[in-house]
Amino acid sequence: MLKYLLEKEFKQIMRNKFLPRMVIILPFVALALFPLVANFDVKNINLAVVDNNHSQYSERLIQKVISSGHFILTNVSHNYSDALKSVEQNKSDVILEIPAQFEKDLVNNLTTNVLISANTVNGMKGGLSSAYLVGIITDFSSEIREEWIQSGTKLKAPACEIIPQYRFNPHLEYKYNMIPAIMMMMLAMITGFLPALNIVGEKEKGTIEQMNVTPVNKFTLILSKLIPYWVIGFIVLTICFFVAWLFYGMISKGGYLQIYLFAAVFVLAFSGLGLVISNYATTIQQGMFMMFFFVITFIFLSGLYTPVSSMPEWLQTMSFFSPLRYMIDALRSIYLKGSSFMDLWHQFMALVGFAIFFNFWAINSYRKKA
Amino acid sequence: MAILLILPILMLVLFGYSISTEVKNSKIAILDSSNDVATRAIIEKFRNSEYFSVKKMVNNPSEIQDLFKKDRLNMVLVFGDNFYENLAHTGNAQVQLIVDGSDPNSAKTIVTYATSIIGAYQLELSKIDKIPFQINPQIKLLYNPQMKGAYNFVPGVMGMILMLICAMMTSISIAREKELGTMEVLLVSPMKPIYIILSKTIPYFVLSLVNLATILLLSVFLLKVPIAGSLFWLIAFSLVYIFVNLSLGLLISSIVDSQLVALLISGMVLMLPVIMLSGMMFPVENMPVFFQWISQIIPAKWYIIGVKKIMIKGLGLSSIIPEMSVLLGMGIVLVIASLKNFKYRLE
Repeated sequence: MLKYLLEKEFKQIMRNKFLPRMVIILPFVALALFPLVANFDVKNINLAVVDNNHSQYSERLIQKVISSGHFILTNVSHNYSDALKSVEQNKSDVILEIPAQFEKDLVNNLTTNVLISANTVNGMKGGLSSAYLVGIITDFSSEIREEWIQSGTKLKAPACEIIPQYRFNPHLEYKYNMIPAIMMMMLAMITGFLPALNIVGEKEKGTIEQMNVTPVNKFTLILSKLIPYWVIGFIVLTICFFVAWLFYGMISKGGYLQIYLFAAVFVLAFSGLGLVISNYATTIQQGMFMMFFFVITFIFLSGLYTPVSSMPEWLQTMSFFSPLRYMIDALRSIYLKGSSFMDLWHQFMALVGFAIFFNFWAINSYRKKA
Repeated sequence: MAILLILPILMLVLFGYSISTEVKNSKIAILDSSNDVATRAIIEKFRNSEYFSVKKMVNNPSEIQDLFKKDRLNMVLVFGDNFYENLAHTGNAQVQLIVDGSDPNSAKTIVTYATSIIGAYQLELSKIDKIPFQINPQIKLLYNPQMKGAYNFVPGVMGMILMLICAMMTSISIAREKELGTMEVLLVSPMKPIYIILSKTIPYFVLSLVNLATILLLSVFLLKVPIAGSLFWLIAFSLVYIFVNLSLGLLISSIVDSQLVALLISGMVLMLPVIMLSGMMFPVENMPVFFQWISQIIPAKWYIIGVKKIMIKGLGLSSIIPEMSVLLGMGIVLVIASLKNFKYRLE
């Protein structure tokens, strides 16, 4: 029985002009283009400088800031309010103001102030750009301190070398973070939306009633709806892996078999949710919106864009109910860090739980009576 | 239709709370082969910091790889041998910060925090000796001193929701009438076509006003993002944006004949570019030049810049003249194009 039902489902999918193409083209295009765009990298910060001092030291400091590579000097103003205007016009992101008595204080009083004003509308950028500046200024002061020490006076500051080392992504390229996230989004969207529109689509067309009068039982029917999306999930994932390798030269550190294993369970869970929605919705538009609601909630709770650990406590608790959280965790760990299945069996069990829950619900909520 | 009222609320809450640019409670482990006064003091500082949570003390460098793979820690702090001795006398003490770099911004932020904690300890030590040539940077965070993510996302959510309601829903609802055949009934009635179009757009116009009010109320009272500038100009500017999107919706509906195609065009031509290219999530200045050009023709991009200027930075009308005129221009072009394209006659 299942064999004929599957034949029907696959025929329906293949006959659709649009669906098979979307399954191939969407992940391809998304994975090829999105990493170019989805870039939270903080670089090329536009800097406005107000140098009230114009001394040898202040010019050296400015030179040092510019040569650090993080900043581009876009504005040199004579007073703070002019510099602020350039921030208001989005022409600069951060202002460095050097006071008039900078050199005098530095030489005579041994301590001086500089003002950093950062535009923090984008908090990440504002925070990092002021942190970079502070780092450069600290470097600068120890540089001149050393010169001074060498020039005769005996005074030593406790010094300690801090060596950052970035694992898994030594050059801190943003694509390492985004590519697994985009794979995840494609997988969730395609294997979530298509089933959500499936049963309700048959309802709108009226073909579901023909199914209802056949002796097919609910379990077989749901299974026949589920398996095609399972296959589609594997196709989508394979295309994603291929494009990541082709355009970005990325391969999984932990092998592909484990990822497919996780994906197999995840797709079952997510397609199950799609079918549940499809059972309750009465029109395609309704199904679409309901799925949109769930997908967007799950994505934001999963830590796809920002780490779960920096969310407020109550959202962190909520995130346990997002199947995407476990999947993205597994995908990133395996793909980027080469974690093994044993490291991630908690995540695996959680996904299995979701798969059983949603599919049980899908079978139960399917009504054979019209 | 209730979903159209709930959606903005949901998105605002999700964006407002889940997208946080802060990095808190990073899980770290410490490999301390010195175990002296200095390292103990520094570790104590890390324990007390809200940015870090010390999960493990390890003894063997070979364990480090597993800490990342299995426990998924964010950072391992490795002190060199004879840390205090070197710190105080030879000046070549070493701390290694081994950070999980798979999320670059978190990694950089974690390194910055850790560096400043270690730096603070050095400064404490040096207070005793009176160190010369100190430059104290005074940091002023403009517009968003608490660095809340919401300040950045509220304008984006506004741009997206208004677009969704005005352009997408208008085009779908007109396409639906065409598909069902009821459009023909309306066209043969003695009503003037312009009234038919107006009556189709006005409900969505009203709905978008309700949404605008909801978003503003929620962002002020729930997310605590104040409206720094003039409310009047913010609303006026939003009305111009709504006008652009309604005409965009009309244009799409004059081209397409079925709901599905309208949905797809709205999704591909409106939703995706707005999410990806408008600067709502991803900074436009990071994109390749080609995409930056494309972003110029996206109304939401101009709207988001304008809203940030009025609402967050608190600037006046004069500062948003470029954005306002671009949007007005787009609106006029779109409305003319859609009225020209609209088929008043039956085929």
